[in-house]
Amino acid sequence: MYVAVKGGEKAIANAHRLFAAKRRGDAGLPGLSVEQIVNQLSFAVDRVMGEGSLYDRELAAIAIRQAQGDLIEAIFLVRAYRTTLPRFGYSVALETAEMRIARRISATFKDLPGGQMLGPTFDYSHRLIDFALDADAPAEEPARSASGAEEMANIPRVIDLIGADGMMEEDPAPREDGSVGDLTREPLDFPADRDLRLQNLARGDEGFLLALGYSTQRGYARTHPFVGEIRMGEVEVGFFAEELGFEVTVGRVTVTECQMINQFTGSARMKPKFTRGYGLVFGHAERKAMSMSLVDRALRWKELGEEAGAAAQDEEFVLSHSDNIQASGFVEHLKLPHYVDFQAELDLIRTLHRDAETRAEGATNREAAE
Amino acid sequence: MNASEPLVRVEGLTHYYGNHLGCRDVGFELYESEVLAVVGESGSGKTTLLNCLSTQIVPTSGKVMYRFRDGHVENLFDMSEAEQRVLLRTDWGFVMQNPRDGLRMGVSAGANVGERLMSVGNRHYGNIRKTALDWLERVEIDPTRIDDSPRTFSGGMQQRLQIARNLVTSPRLVFMDEPTGGLDVSVQARLLDLIRRIVADLGLSIVIVTHDLAVARLLSDRIIVMKNGKIIEQGLTDQVLDDPHQPYTQLLVSSILQVGA
Amino acid sequence: MSLDTISAEAPAYNFAYLDEQTKRMIRRAILKGIAIPGYQVPFASREMPMPYGWGTGGMQVTAAIIGPDDILKVIDQGSDDTTNAVAIRNFFKRTAGVAMTFRTADASIIQTRHRIPEEKLRSDQVLVFQVPIPEPLRFLEPRETETRKMHALSEYGLMHVKLYEDIAHHGHIATTYAYPVMVENRYVMDPSPIPKFDNPKLDNTPALQLFGAGREKRIYALPPYTRVKSLDFEDHPFSVQDWPDTQCAMCGATGVYFDEVILNDLGERMFVCSDSDYCEHRQEAGHFGAEHASYKERMK
Repeated sequence: MYVAVKGGEKAIANAHRLFAAKRRGDAGLPGLSVEQIVNQLSFAVDRVMGEGSLYDRELAAIAIRQAQGDLIEAIFLVRAYRTTLPRFGYSVALETAEMRIARRISATFKDLPGGQMLGPTFDYSHRLIDFALDADAPAEEPARSASGAEEMANIPRVIDLIGADGMMEEDPAPREDGSVGDLTREPLDFPADRDLRLQNLARGDEGFLLALGYSTQRGYARTHPFVGEIRMGEVEVGFFAEELGFEVTVGRVTVTECQMINQFTGSARMKPKFTRGYGLVFGHAERKAMSMSLVDRALRWKELGEEAGAAAQDEEFVLSHSDNIQASGFVEHLKLPHYVDFQAELDLIRTLHRDAETRAEGATNREAAE
Repeated sequence: MNASEPLVRVEGLTHYYGNHLGCRDVGFELYESEVLAVVGESGSGKTTLLNCLSTQIVPTSGKVMYRFRDGHVENLFDMSEAEQRVLLRTDWGFVMQNPRDGLRMGVSAGANVGERLMSVGNRHYGNIRKTALDWLERVEIDPTRIDDSPRTFSGGMQQRLQIARNLVTSPRLVFMDEPTGGLDVSVQARLLDLIRRIVADLGLSIVIVTHDLAVARLLSDRIIVMKNGKIIEQGLTDQVLDDPHQPYTQLLVSSILQVGA
Repeated sequence: MSLDTISAEAPAYNFAYLDEQTKRMIRRAILKGIAIPGYQVPFASREMPMPYGWGTGGMQVTAAIIGPDDILKVIDQGSDDTTNAVAIRNFFKRTAGVAMTFRTADASIIQTRHRIPEEKLRSDQVLVFQVPIPEPLRFLEPRETETRKMHALSEYGLMHVKLYEDIAHHGHIATTYAYPVMVENRYVMDPSPIPKFDNPKLDNTPALQLFGAGREKRIYALPPYTRVKSLDFEDHPFSVQDWPDTQCAMCGATGVYFDEVILNDLGERMFVCSDSDYCEHRQEAGHFGAEHASYKERMK
């Protein structure tokens, strides 16, 4: 039956109500509190903060609740909120060497100054569903080091230890005017410098970067990576206040940093030495930080004079498709009505059919005449 | 316009890839309707030279003076990228070793030949198609294949199609990079014969890079022998090949004679 | 105070959602676009509270130019009542509180997806297009660095290669929507996915036409009375869709763009105006099509 021309508005209002009801589910069960999400779904919260690129645990939790656990939708909510916030300025660069470390491992050295600190991780557990897990029971109290977390600051980065021998590429020099690009304020232009690339990757979809990083390990832009160091913990965020004329600490954020060390046999432009891929992500997000560092390294082929050709090295391809908010919006827009264009295509196919029939008839007539 | 002036004059052309030498202090002249072969082993710098001449890479130093249709002479590297690109699609052609790099594999043979015509403003479908048909015939491709994808063509046909695509706008100067490189010997002979005929018909100037002295002998008027990025010998093709002065050239010539014998 | 109560405080949004600094940035892009008709101006597109691909570019353009006295009309597929049009209209109702209308003639700003209204627009109206892929060369050349160069140098041969292929394989040009146009003999432009039926309306129009692509971060414009020519060959001139012997089943209109509506599972169908306001306007003026009476009956 012909759908009423009017009525879309009413239908949409009801769709919203149905959705709200779905979110709440069985009203006999207690609703989720933001505190519960912040405390018990911390990886979800961290991912939403990272890809939403806004460090606010509570806001991320509210978004996760509102999005019914759909993390990309929650990231979207955070992003849309973030754009409306006034911009006061830019923090000074984080000093991750002064991190209050909760976890720190290196795959390149058995032991090193500061030691390996396993911290909280999935890594060494068997992935067996714990049917007996009592969600309400308090967890067993972990042992803490006698020295206390405060003193864990100033553990040197593994990269700096190797770098002392001149075997590691140096930190890239900052721009002369100290500026850093901001892709939320300027449209991305190609070729993009590394600051913009890293920004893009830090906001990029974990799954997309994971797949690309994985592809470099399987031979598509092979970079021979070693985990130099993964460290996770709190770092101070400093802000240089013009009015005061000095730097003030505005807070602390938890970040995960990955320094990937890559073998490099040298090229026309550089003698052989270890090179680096870098990943830094809000919260506890090792998979993302590692993937990011693999992709970052792969994208540096031009600067290092390497051969290119793999997807992970293709700057336009990677940076244009990493954002899951852009991607999901455009994929899902296919649900919107397209009947005007479809009508045009329908009309074309009919015309082509008619043309073909006319040609076929013409041929038959000619045969008959012969 | 003075046709006795060279079309291209190369002076002190030097290119380094980082610390690695591409070519050094190359100089020569190319006149209209002249075919110049650049020979040498791989790594001798001949491809670097070709890429510099065709403005694909900017040399570290040196000049390439080019005489335009209106007679004025300009250094290619003083031109804007826009002007260089116009030159590439009007006055020049570039035939690559692998036809897949030089063709648009996603569109038909006719569109491949017609593209340059359309890019210089031709807007009459019938005329574009007629010209494309003519050119297919000239390069000995069955005109009924005009709407077929070059993917369905043999290597030799693809290479002939690439030549048609480049020559359709009557360029003055065509660069060729080992145009017979990937082909069987019998297919090579046919292609060389075709190139020789068309070049003579159109009075084209050609710079052809090849490691194959037989190709150079068959097509070129003059020859440049390169080694380690430098020109070590140049002159009329017959002279150089019949009476090579440099030991390296003698070695090249003797090796081909041995193969020929 | 618990976190749940903090979250209940509604944040205040600026008029038309975007902050004034962002609006100024977008207006600069629009002005640049007007100064260079058909040229795609990069702009720092913001995240909007609607998904990318659902009209965020058009919404940002509208938000940047709308004032309290404006009267807004939003259409999608020619209709005011399709889901996306309703959602965008509600967004501006909520954030700008301006007057809304379904009447093309009453609107000062018309935001549209995929259609240009049938009624001729005036010089005091602005038409804002939602654009998914602003780059007309994108499907021929995926690289932004390369396509920008091609535009800069007017290297448009490739565009005709596509049209050539259509004619060679189908006998005529097979592009039916998002049909590329040449603007003032300089820039090839994607008119957004409007049917080519609407292309002639782009040319020499008194209204200002603005195009916003949010995800792709581009704005472009056609100032009033700009020359816009659909690409073609001399011997295969551009032509639009037509439905000979077809009338709108509701208002009897001819020579308009039609939606085809399937009536039942026997494959019976009828054609109605795609522009719903135009159709209703005609019905109010007493023009009726063949199905009008039976449809009204069924709707009772």
